[in-house]
Amino acid sequence: MAVDLLSRRLLFVTGKGGTGKTSIAAALSLLAAQRGARVLACDVDAKGDLAEFFESAPVGFRPREVQPRLFAMSMNTEESLQEYLRIQLRLPAVARVGPLARAFDFVATAAPGVREILTVGKLAYEVRERHYDLVVTDAAASGHVVGQLAAPQAIDDLVRVGPVHQQTGWMLEILGDPAVTGVVIVTTPEEMPVNETIDLIGRLRRETEVDVAAIVVNRVLPELFSHSDEELFERLRQPALAGVVSEKAGGPVDDVFEAARLAVTLRRTRAGHLERLMDAVGDIPLLFVPYLFARGHGLRTTAQTADALSAELGY
Amino acid sequence: MARAPARRSSGSLEQLLAAKEIAICCGAGGVGKTTVAAAAATMASLSLGGTVLVLTVDPARRLADALGLEALGNVETRVSSEALKKAGVEPRGDLWAAMLDTKQEWDDLVRRHAPDARTARRILENPLYQNISARFVQSHEYIAMERLYDLHRSGRYDLIVVDTPPTRHAIDFLAAPDRMADFFSSRLLRWLTGPARSRMLNLATRPFYQVADRILGSQFLEDIAEFFLLFQTMYPGFAERARAVKHLLHDRRTTFLVVTTLEAAPVREAEFFLSALAAQGFHAGALVLNKVLPPYLLDPSAAEVAERLAAEAPALADALPEAGPPQAVSRVLREVAESFLNFQVVAKREAELRAELAASAEVVVSIPSFDTDIYDVSGLVQVGRAVWSG
Repeated sequence: MAVDLLSRRLLFVTGKGGTGKTSIAAALSLLAAQRGARVLACDVDAKGDLAEFFESAPVGFRPREVQPRLFAMSMNTEESLQEYLRIQLRLPAVARVGPLARAFDFVATAAPGVREILTVGKLAYEVRERHYDLVVTDAAASGHVVGQLAAPQAIDDLVRVGPVHQQTGWMLEILGDPAVTGVVIVTTPEEMPVNETIDLIGRLRRETEVDVAAIVVNRVLPELFSHSDEELFERLRQPALAGVVSEKAGGPVDDVFEAARLAVTLRRTRAGHLERLMDAVGDIPLLFVPYLFARGHGLRTTAQTADALSAELGY
Repeated sequence: MARAPARRSSGSLEQLLAAKEIAICCGAGGVGKTTVAAAAATMASLSLGGTVLVLTVDPARRLADALGLEALGNVETRVSSEALKKAGVEPRGDLWAAMLDTKQEWDDLVRRHAPDARTARRILENPLYQNISARFVQSHEYIAMERLYDLHRSGRYDLIVVDTPPTRHAIDFLAAPDRMADFFSSRLLRWLTGPARSRMLNLATRPFYQVADRILGSQFLEDIAEFFLLFQTMYPGFAERARAVKHLLHDRRTTFLVVTTLEAAPVREAEFFLSALAAQGFHAGALVLNKVLPPYLLDPSAAEVAERLAAEAPALADALPEAGPPQAVSRVLREVAESFLNFQVVAKREAELRAELAASAEVVVSIPSFDTDIYDVSGLVQVGRAVWSG
């Protein structure tokens, strides 16, 4: 399956909490960089753990090269505002300090969308200026990402005049162009993540102009057996045969068999949710990433995930 | 990091909840807070008796249906005795459930605190208000605590178990009452809601106004000002409530259940949460470890058997002609063994994280990784029994 995913310029990676969206954002960034692109990976949750997926110390607002051609940064709306005032509005430094700094938090609270637009605006700016071939965002979780992506439109509606109004125009152009911008929804084949994914697709289509580029189904458990092998396994589990296997194997096999049964039923329960997802997503490409039986996360698992995505993307 | 000294785990969820009126489940997104909250409430109504309410935020559709919550919005409903009978349980008390509808709660709050109906209507119709109540992320946290306060004060329930909204940082909602109070008492709010002329004349704030005007346009700034002028009329009611909510969270009758799975990111969040609870003087009653892999995966003798099966599968298959064609038997044995060893890697990682976490709470309970979804009352009972008696 060939999906034109990494030829876009701006990807927002989102999904329900706990589905591994940061690890997928990291893997997509790494994959693009490995394939020769200059990539910016941006963490917007300010938890600062994106850098760990590249074995790097926490990064700040100023991007740092953490792997060849791969730069990482952590979003900070106050610094984004400072940069915006300096570059876009060319305001003198004196206007950027004092009351403004103190007031920022308040205004960001008072005026809905200010924080969001400073985030999205910074990312869109990097795309417009072509500082990178691809900007990958470890975006807000599915509950909040719509507000983030809808912010330019919301501000456009609320603020009718002034420089901000002019600014939202080009942002909307970048966000609304499916050749440039896409959302990647990360899910696992479980009930709630699948429900949230289906809801999110609907909300993104209703409330934003942003295209859903792909759905990554993460942590897919391996299929242990073919149908006939499973029948064979069920026979082996019967006490009489299991006893013989235990004898030959030099110890009781019950726990080992039980673990395999657990793996089979876990996968089966999930297959139902996967089918529900496939029915609901229409022609949005699905990319499958296997469950990694790994010790932890870090560059090693990021690279494994990148390999899995690479295979799914047909590279 | 401020943390209580390590203690041996003692006590049980049963003992803890028998003595509390409010239990708040918190933790990272996706760890199963909703299920744990519903299961704890179900067990409390089954074995402790009394009237128990579970206040959930975002239950899975099937679970909401099982609790009778379909399309009922934020109304409290009693879980039908049929649903409980179908699960084969005979509760000593009543089990109730309610969902949190943020938008609805905000509207109720405005009606309650606005000085008169006309002001309330003007606030409710203001586009900025609609934006804030629907989108303003932090409003969820505050509203959950407000609702809890109301429910507790109604005196209808012996125990209320609360599922908290997924927040970026689990700790956010604890600060919500304070933040709301700060918000209303800030100088900036007073300045913004003052007459436009005095804003321009005020030397300290003039640079800010000029910048804000240049960025946002004065019309928008006026809109904000008008909205907050209206909103400010609710200040006395809000401030008082925020104080009361904060007081309730600190009350001896309130406890927190920190829920996590044994994965790196949620564990980090749980650790952070436990230390924040301790630092701020809240009662961390229990640590609930969810979706834990079965302990037999850690058994070294089972691992030895698995390794032997993997290494000697063809020979074993040849020695088992009664099982089936040797090639197929060999393939199955190897798959089975490798699957065990794969899951063992994860189980070991979990055990390590568990050991790191266990020292930080008085009651530590584990819920096994069930191989089917939890979507009805009998599922909740199954989860509940795993954690109840310790």
